[in-house]
Amino acid sequence: MLISIRAVIGRDLRLAMRRQADILAAMFFFIIVVSLFPLGVGPEPEQLRKLAPGVLWVAALLATMLSLPRLFADDHRDGTLEQMALAPQPLGLMVLGKLIAHWLVAGLPLVLLAPVLGIQFDLSGDGLAVLTLSLLIGTPALSGIGAIGAALTLGVRGGGVLLSVLVLPLYIPVLIFGAGAVDATLTGLGPQAHLSLLGAMALGGVFFAPWPTAAALRVALE
Amino acid sequence: MHWNSLAEFLAMGNHGFYVWGSVLVMAASMLAEPMLLRRSRSRLLARLLRQYRAEQTEARRQRAANPGRSRD
Amino acid sequence: MTNRVINWFRYASPQTFYPLAGKLIPCFWTLAGIFAVVGLGIGFLLAPTDAQQGEGYRIIFLHVPASWMSMFIYLVMAFWAAIGLAFHTRLSGMMASALAPTGALFAFLSLWTGALWGKPMWGTWWVWDARLTSELILLFLYIGFIALQAAIDDPRRADRAGAILALVGVVNVPIIYFSVKWWNTLHQGASVSLGKAPSMAAQMLWGMLFCALACWMYSIAIALMRVRNIMLERERHTEWVRALLAQAE
Repeated sequence: MLISIRAVIGRDLRLAMRRQADILAAMFFFIIVVSLFPLGVGPEPEQLRKLAPGVLWVAALLATMLSLPRLFADDHRDGTLEQMALAPQPLGLMVLGKLIAHWLVAGLPLVLLAPVLGIQFDLSGDGLAVLTLSLLIGTPALSGIGAIGAALTLGVRGGGVLLSVLVLPLYIPVLIFGAGAVDATLTGLGPQAHLSLLGAMALGGVFFAPWPTAAALRVALE
Repeated sequence: MHWNSLAEFLAMGNHGFYVWGSVLVMAASMLAEPMLLRRSRSRLLARLLRQYRAEQTEARRQRAANPGRSRD
Repeated sequence: MTNRVINWFRYASPQTFYPLAGKLIPCFWTLAGIFAVVGLGIGFLLAPTDAQQGEGYRIIFLHVPASWMSMFIYLVMAFWAAIGLAFHTRLSGMMASALAPTGALFAFLSLWTGALWGKPMWGTWWVWDARLTSELILLFLYIGFIALQAAIDDPRRADRAGAILALVGVVNVPIIYFSVKWWNTLHQGASVSLGKAPSMAAQMLWGMLFCALACWMYSIAIALMRVRNIMLERERHTEWVRALLAQAE
């Protein structure tokens, strides 16, 4: 079982490496959106510090949305997905493998970029650390919940916009606790409570999301 | 009865705009929804009936063209 | 025992449900009308003025039933979705899609009446109060469901995809509600919370109850009307619809 998951992850990573432009585009999107905010609201450090957690987290949600439509689309087009559905291993496990690959490609870069962008917003050392940590814990949940939406909109017309409409409302709890963790650190409350709730959500998301995703994929393949 | 006059009822203690604004929108949308459904139903029925008639006349025409074969 | 099972599935088939629904719709409309007259009569004519909120509190007789219905309808929708996924009955998917627009309407009405209540009470149209925010998110969830079903042409696929989304949504609704509540207490938003009902006189409770019942009956009647349309549309090539059309001619 582990072998098949690893095979799916390895394959997806190799495919992603061949299309580095996509990954880079999502990362630049993240950087650009975050950099637009100081230009929009003004450069006062006080204000920027207050805005930072929310802006970085919302930008991370949007950047994740960019990479989601391709999560299953290519495999659907070339028939790999059908093979996976017919394989003896449960489809949910394959989906889990794809989720992990998606996170490595789309989630992890955001985590690594976040501290650099946080500096633009004049965040303190603690704030930067918690911001990075909250993204590290929260982005797997984004991949998990997003996969459900990606599977539901697979091959549907207007899929990209529809995907945002379906998935963004479900992202709200992650946004609240992710940005809340940073906020709580900045105001001196301590981020533990937020981070543990965020962790619970990420675990729940990663473990439960593959099953509805697999069900949705089967519906799409019918 | 709680009210002394119609004017008092309509004024709702200076909150008339808010109260009647809520009532109006809620009543309007709860009346509009069944009306729209009725309209879409009659349109749907008309469309289906048209299709049905077209099929019937088509079938009759075919029967007339080659009698005896496609009797059903 | 087997007889009962057969009966259940008999009514689950559109062919038998269609005429049954047609007979039930007028009953539910009548009940909705009676309950609305009684509820609004108590609420707007008999109930006393509220000590804190004056006459403006009467919006409660519209706002609370609308909010209740918007939440209930989502649950009922998810229930039908689960049944449809488990038993592959055609009727359940149709019921779920028939309920969604009405649920969205009630979510919108709840927001609208909430805003009109908030203005005189707090001085603003909108507060990021936990309940209002959750209601807004609920409206988004409804819109997502409707948009997903509208984007898929094949009705069977639309039903099943919608069912999965409704179930994912219903699992998420409590999580969303509690996270919004947590967020709200942390940010110390509104000091007055909407829905903190004014100490209610018995008459107010009765009024609200009857208004809620009226909304229930309304929702059932509307859902039956819409499900009949959906049935006709989807089953237009089947024998029973054709028999119906032959009769109408």
